[in-house]
Amino acid sequence: MTTSVLIARKVTKRFGGLVAVDQLDLEIADKAIHAVIGPNGSGKTTLFNCITGFYRPEGGEILFHEHHLERLSSDRITRLGVARTYQNIRLFANLSALENILVGEHPHLKAGMFSAVFRLPATVREEEEALVEARRLLGYVGLGGKGDLLAKNLAYGDMRRLEIGRALASRPAILLLDEPTAGMNPQETREMTAFIRRLRDDLGITILLIEHQMRVVMGISEKVTVLDYGQKIAEGTPSEIQNNPAVIEAYLGRGSASAVLREAASSAR
Amino acid sequence: MDQAKPRHWIAVALQLGATGGLAALLISLVGMVEEFSKRYIIVDVLEMGQAMLLLILIATGYMTARRLADRPPREQLLASAVSGLVPAVMLFALVLLIEPLNLRSIMLNASPGLIEILTFGQTGIAAFVLMAAAGVAQALAGGVVPHLATRIRAPLVQAVAWVGLTGLLADILRVTFTNIPGASFVLGWMFGRGSGKGLSIPGAVVVFGLVAYATYRRQKRPAGAPGWRSRLDARKARLVNIGLWAAAAVILFLLPKLLGPYLSEVTNSVGLFVLMGLGLNIVVGFAGLLDLGYVAFYAIGAYVVGVLTTSAVGDQAGQIVWGPVMSFWLALMIAVLASVMAGIVLGVPVLNMRGDYLAIVTLGFGEIIRIMAGSDFLKPFIGGSQGIVQVGVGRIGGLVIFDKPQTLFYVVVAACAAAGFISWRLRDSRMGRTWKALREDEDVAQAMGIHLVSTKLLAFATGAAFAGLSGALFASKVGSIYPHSFKLLVSINVLCLIIVGGMGSLPGVFIGALALVALPEMLREFSEYRLLMYGALLIVMMLTRPEGLRPEATRRRELHETIGPELEPPPEGVATPGEAAASG
Repeated sequence: MTTSVLIARKVTKRFGGLVAVDQLDLEIADKAIHAVIGPNGSGKTTLFNCITGFYRPEGGEILFHEHHLERLSSDRITRLGVARTYQNIRLFANLSALENILVGEHPHLKAGMFSAVFRLPATVREEEEALVEARRLLGYVGLGGKGDLLAKNLAYGDMRRLEIGRALASRPAILLLDEPTAGMNPQETREMTAFIRRLRDDLGITILLIEHQMRVVMGISEKVTVLDYGQKIAEGTPSEIQNNPAVIEAYLGRGSASAVLREAASSAR
Repeated sequence: MDQAKPRHWIAVALQLGATGGLAALLISLVGMVEEFSKRYIIVDVLEMGQAMLLLILIATGYMTARRLADRPPREQLLASAVSGLVPAVMLFALVLLIEPLNLRSIMLNASPGLIEILTFGQTGIAAFVLMAAAGVAQALAGGVVPHLATRIRAPLVQAVAWVGLTGLLADILRVTFTNIPGASFVLGWMFGRGSGKGLSIPGAVVVFGLVAYATYRRQKRPAGAPGWRSRLDARKARLVNIGLWAAAAVILFLLPKLLGPYLSEVTNSVGLFVLMGLGLNIVVGFAGLLDLGYVAFYAIGAYVVGVLTTSAVGDQAGQIVWGPVMSFWLALMIAVLASVMAGIVLGVPVLNMRGDYLAIVTLGFGEIIRIMAGSDFLKPFIGGSQGIVQVGVGRIGGLVIFDKPQTLFYVVVAACAAAGFISWRLRDSRMGRTWKALREDEDVAQAMGIHLVSTKLLAFATGAAFAGLSGALFASKVGSIYPHSFKLLVSINVLCLIIVGGMGSLPGVFIGALALVALPEMLREFSEYRLLMYGALLIVMMLTRPEGLRPEATRRRELHETIGPELEPPPEGVATPGEAAASG
């Protein structure tokens, strides 16, 4: 039995009359790769925003170790070890790639105004170490040599990787990836999938992942949670999810589950 | 033009010609041409009013040729010629219509003097022929520019620009260098005799030749080739660096003696705006918090020093009831602290505001401070509309008294140097990165672990400190302060100078202040048309160079720059192709 790093209990987020996340329970096991899937508008990104402090849920609680994330602001949550990327890439466009990562290291740097102005020895050392770390991370996400380019001038795939690098710079215990392979071709998708697995295997980071490409979800995740209209309609291993009638109906429309299952059964035979 | 059917070249020429013509009419009728014609750029050859018309016509021809860049050269040149003819016709029509329509009763500036300038002193057909020929020739000159090879074009444009600038600033240059022994011979030869005479003809030729040659030589060096300084070894480079700093210090030390009182005064004004520019650059340029009430901190700095140091204390009219007559230096420090406090006090309520909303609220804050300063309610304490007079000056013992522009200069330079140094260090630190992240995306910045409240308040407080310092020096410089010195226009001026210089760029602040404060101060004819020139300049800047004259450069830190000399190379395993190439 593994321990859970992140536990959500009865989390509810409303926008006016719309219930975007409805009484959701979720448990993320330590060092798991956990995927959240669901049709468009099913509340996946809203869930991410609730976990990372962008939204304040109306009800329920989100526990990260013993901390109540639903009461904290996003900067505090990041400092606890929760990092994320964004569905529509949100880099600091006019900063260089390296500076983006340096900003990501922010929680671990201490220099204040005074020490920055007078370049006290501790600050100089800290900045050097930060720079070395940023270069290392840049190489780690495969952007070595591109550090001095402005983030807005990077290729699309590089932007996605830089966003992950920036998130890693805060040394998270859990990383929330919002559609990391969106807009990528099959080759890039394979590379990204392998990369995500390495993050968990090498660095021991728990991964919570929103993904639309079923091949990615089924390939790397150990557990899948399916949302529809803000509610959890299914949870289990990828193969359990694949054959779950409720999931198929959510994706393909009511009544289609039986047909799909029949077809799958016949082809299996 | 990305229209389906390309427009005929005549249509393009007529349109741009009419635009140029309207510009020429405007500057003629607002009186700029005649007013500026009193000042020569090159003595007896070109005066400033003509130069402005010339510039408009050349620009018209140039734009026309550029707009038709995909057409054959013959068509381009014809179009340029036509585009020069149009303004000539328009100006001639103006000249003809002034009399019969009695235009002068409406437009005061449509004077005989203007007519004489526009018609080159001729009348009738001769005037028209001359005007048309001049217009066509000037526009053609502009139309030829895009066809020149870069190798020739760049030196030419640079040289013309420098001749114009030295001609405009001839009086200042002459006054500045006249104290250097032996320089008077060269000066007398290079410049026209008397004030407002500009360069002499040989002087213009020399400036043109020197600049053109220097630009030409600089161009011949391949881009990215190392300059002479980078070829030196580390020890020599350090010596050269020390030498340059020492030379700069000596020049700065001697400068007020060379400049004399008037130009030192101008330099001090520029310095005060540089200080404010550096402060606002942190707030707007780094942190992206659009503050339109920045003058408030300037006012607070000035008033604190005013109240604390004025010797006009008592119950007579025009005096304030309380004032400790403090030492200027102590008051200066208190003024900076007070501004910082005000920055934080303003910062707290606007923490959750962004963009336009922030701009409006800060604008209101600036106005509140100004109105409070002029209010009768506070009159016993801060003087109301009669202001505070006899503000104290700084002194070191009984020896050095900073009461004259030439001596105050050193204080202003020291303040600018300190502010520049702080800005520079902050920009390259964790703090600067935090501000820039905030500017780029506030939500994501917060999700990077950045504490928004302290980050924003630090930006406001630092910016306010610089403005407070500037205001304190201002109070001591002018000796008396009144509410009307702290109008919204000051905030706008400072904002303009960092926009023109380049948002977030430190050298840009200096360049912006020179362009927007020093130039208008020194060209006294400008003063009346200052806002007009501002508007025109800002529009041109936004269209052609929205990033500013000296935009902030991206720091190259991955492969080149390091912050300390003792930085070790990155550990093995992260070597990149770029590094391999750089080291090989």
